[in-house]
Amino acid sequence: MDSSPPAVAITGLVKRYGDKTAVDGLSLTVERGLVTAVLGPNGAGKTSTIEICEGYRRADAGEVRVLGLDPVRDATALRPRIGVMLQAGGVYSGARAEEMLRHVAKLHAHPLDVSMLIERLGLGSCGRTTYRRLSGGQQQRLALALAVVGRPELVFLDEPTAGLDPHARHATWDLVRELRADGVSVVLTTHLMDEAEKLADEVAIVDRGRVIASGSPEALCHDGAENSLRFAGPPGLDLGSLLNALPEGAKALEVSRGAYRIEGDIDPQLLATVTSWCAQHGVMPERLTVERRSLEDVFMELTGRELRS
Amino acid sequence: MAKEQTRGTFAPAPGAAPPARMILAQSALETRMLLRNGEQLLLTVIIPTLLLVVFSSADIVDTGDGERVDFLAPGVLALAVLSTAFTGQAIATGFERRYGVLKLLGSTPLPRWGLMVAKTACVILVEILQVTLLVVIALALGWSPHGNPAWVVLLLVLGTAAFSGLGLLMAGTLRAEATLAAANLVFILLLLGGGVIVPLDKFPSGVEHTLALLPISALSDGLRDVLRDGSGLPLGDVAILAVWSVLGLGAAARFFRWE
Repeated sequence: MDSSPPAVAITGLVKRYGDKTAVDGLSLTVERGLVTAVLGPNGAGKTSTIEICEGYRRADAGEVRVLGLDPVRDATALRPRIGVMLQAGGVYSGARAEEMLRHVAKLHAHPLDVSMLIERLGLGSCGRTTYRRLSGGQQQRLALALAVVGRPELVFLDEPTAGLDPHARHATWDLVRELRADGVSVVLTTHLMDEAEKLADEVAIVDRGRVIASGSPEALCHDGAENSLRFAGPPGLDLGSLLNALPEGAKALEVSRGAYRIEGDIDPQLLATVTSWCAQHGVMPERLTVERRSLEDVFMELTGRELRS
Repeated sequence: MAKEQTRGTFAPAPGAAPPARMILAQSALETRMLLRNGEQLLLTVIIPTLLLVVFSSADIVDTGDGERVDFLAPGVLALAVLSTAFTGQAIATGFERRYGVLKLLGSTPLPRWGLMVAKTACVILVEILQVTLLVVIALALGWSPHGNPAWVVLLLVLGTAAFSGLGLLMAGTLRAEATLAAANLVFILLLLGGGVIVPLDKFPSGVEHTLALLPISALSDGLRDVLRDGSGLPLGDVAILAVWSVLGLGAAARFFRWE
């Protein structure tokens, strides 16, 4: 298995629309068997990149291999092996959910059991309703079902939970986790940090058509990061004395009157040091919290902008 | 079996169905979608039937010598081909493109040529239903067809090719709403000016010769030559339809945008 090519290998991808450069030298490797989130603000080049992987668009420069194949030249060999969830549409407006799903199942050699999939995704209630009259959430879940019904090795999910209510979102996340557990590689795009943090093994943060950081959510949040410990207490504590108790490299600040922040490698030892220093000085630390950087913070530090702008 | 039990529900097992099965499934779905669409049925069944019955029964348009139904039946058969291969196919395909159906199908194992074969099969199936219905009605109205059925089939096939090419060209290049409007407008214009119910010789001669070059005129005139007059293969009309087929299908293949 180790000799098999990665799920996706992109080097130096460029895609232009007129004089607008949507993808600007993007490189990304997606390992098999993992959930990889491509995270970035709207217009970052996520969808263009995914659609080039799916064979819908041609790259202007760079090399793209999906399961070791060229998405355009080897389309016939590649298409049965991938599943695609479109951001919107894809279904005859007069077709019923089950009818469309059964149809796409028929195009594959060993499809999933359609009744099982309908039940899993709560599409049973759609009944004889035609696609155009389904709710947005139902349409979204049908799109997901269509992506997986052919039992692909690799699925591309473009904003799979956009517009879903929390219940449907969790159902989608559960399905993605199960896909991963069963050995399906998943590439999803999202601009939701919590989705990437909760679901993905690997995150590639994309901005202005490039990958500006990648790694596991934990690594991205910790890497080179100063996490912090906050507490509130009486104003004007002797921070010099506190600092002497702390390990080298840590910082202690009174951010505002009576609000303190310790920066550094926040581990159990450091936490114990802070609380025992407080005990020695008769200080009751209130609202003591350990803060980790979120992907949102990482993104802001890298780009100086908010992710959801 | 032990191995099977350890495999999860979603364990990958990719593969395309055999092409024949894919095309059969796609043809069946396309046909179901078309027959479920009320506006399409109005266009493909009700309008040609009404025109045949009304204009055969009442002397509204001077159709020249002979029985009115002998003039009208070939024209209405040509109209049936126009309604399904051109108008119906253009509108349906235009909206499939607009709603991403073509895009989604492009991600499945169904090849594009397979989709085109399925669309053609669907058009031919609907045409067979139309022609059967219209022939039965025309016979009931006293129609007495002549000529070689093989030439009739050849003309219908060439007409289907010509109109399919033009319909797909429109669906693959214009916005869906524009296709909807234009395909219906063209249907009405060709109905009036294509020798379907109004003989072309009612038009001034300069206009008549131009109109005769339209695919609908070639089809209705060719069918009339064979079915009413019992003539051999109408080579002029066949040539006109062949040129439109090559131009239409060629342009559609060249300019069709899938999304």
